[in-house]
Amino acid sequence: MHLDQGHTHDGPVAVSADAHRADGRRRALRIGLGGPVGSGKTATVAALCRALRDEWSLAVVTNDIYTREDAEFLLREAVLPPERITAVETGACPHTAIRDDISANLEAVEDLEDEVGPLELILVESGGDNLTATFSKGLVDAQIFVIDVAGGDDIPRKGGPGVTTADLLVVNKTDLAPYVGSDLGRMAADAKAQRGELPVVFQSLRAEGGDGVEAVADWVRARLAAWAA
Amino acid sequence: MSRAALLVLADGRFPAGGHAHSGGAEAAVKAGRITGAADLEEFCRGRLHTAGLVSASLAAAAALGVDPVELDGAADARTPSPALRIAARKLGRQLMRAGRATWPSAELDALAGRFPKGAHQPVVLGVVARAAGLGADDAAYCSLYECVSGPASAVVRLLSLDPFDATGVLAGLAPELDVVAQRAVEGARCAVEGGVGVLPAGGAPLLEIGAEAHAAWAVRLFAS
Repeated sequence: MHLDQGHTHDGPVAVSADAHRADGRRRALRIGLGGPVGSGKTATVAALCRALRDEWSLAVVTNDIYTREDAEFLLREAVLPPERITAVETGACPHTAIRDDISANLEAVEDLEDEVGPLELILVESGGDNLTATFSKGLVDAQIFVIDVAGGDDIPRKGGPGVTTADLLVVNKTDLAPYVGSDLGRMAADAKAQRGELPVVFQSLRAEGGDGVEAVADWVRARLAAWAA
Repeated sequence: MSRAALLVLADGRFPAGGHAHSGGAEAAVKAGRITGAADLEEFCRGRLHTAGLVSASLAAAAALGVDPVELDGAADARTPSPALRIAARKLGRQLMRAGRATWPSAELDALAGRFPKGAHQPVVLGVVARAAGLGADDAAYCSLYECVSGPASAVVRLLSLDPFDATGVLAGLAPELDVVAQRAVEGARCAVEGGVGVLPAGGAPLLEIGAEAHAAWAVRLFAS
């Protein structure tokens, strides 16, 4: 949709979902990562950056709730050059900043494209939130919801917009399942019941010899290929 | 003018970034200057008559058609704290986006082109009000209401203050808000002839100092 017809292209674009930037170039694909506190969003973002940074030009926006911890973790891990990581402050309401009032995040993604672009992919990480927190379509093109087995194996059954509607559901920390008594088969069946054909990935970033973030990275690669087509 | 358009612009859910800012309340809570509803009322009253009057007169002047570039300079001159200038421009940029999407206008486009990283929020507010078909008094009221409702809702989150008490504070301040709005519009009308130098220039040193300290905190809930 090209909603800013009739306006000059001198200033910043006024409308968020437009696939083109003010200069007419196609903007970067934006993928949101949401989910409860401690489920492994930042670790997944870090692993995705390592997996994709040599193939694609990418950047990250974090939405910390009350600190710059997540941005600083990514900086410390040196997953990307520092100018490719930006933090947005959310005033105690992370879901507001990704859903109801997306202006600060839109400015962050546009500034990244202006300052370190051209970019092909921007990962927008939400602050840890509740099961109803989803990204606005005005901010991201696709969203990943990250939960973990230690948060309780009943979360897929409980559903909620994050679990039910995210374009990809990631069940993280599968290596912990035996220690916390979580039934992965039950989680998979519940997720299937809630999500129908929408994909689910079971992931462990820690298990030795495992595939780590590769399944999620492949999903992102497919999205990028579709965006570029 | 449309009264309904005023409600759209004044709605706390208008997506222009205000939710992430406390209007100085977070710094005041940490310093022990706001501990409950009575302190919140005093804080809001102080803000209303100082920073609030200044912002509202800038917004009213912009709504009357005073040159927004000159008004932006006047806002800088009336905002000693660099942290508050940054916050005002960030919020101005966010309001510009919401305003352009909601009430498309050539004047807003021109101002966005002149200040791609954001003009001062009250100036943008006045031009958005014009684009919405609203008047100087509407712009002043929006600015003043934000100036007290922002801290009130922030304190509900910061102190777990009873939300009915916080709303009661806002209702209690309403008659004073009417008086300040009138002064702001009078100041703006003077600026149409007399230039931006005659706009109100009151200041609140504790708000400025608090904002500078707050901007340096490593852990905070609000952006300002």
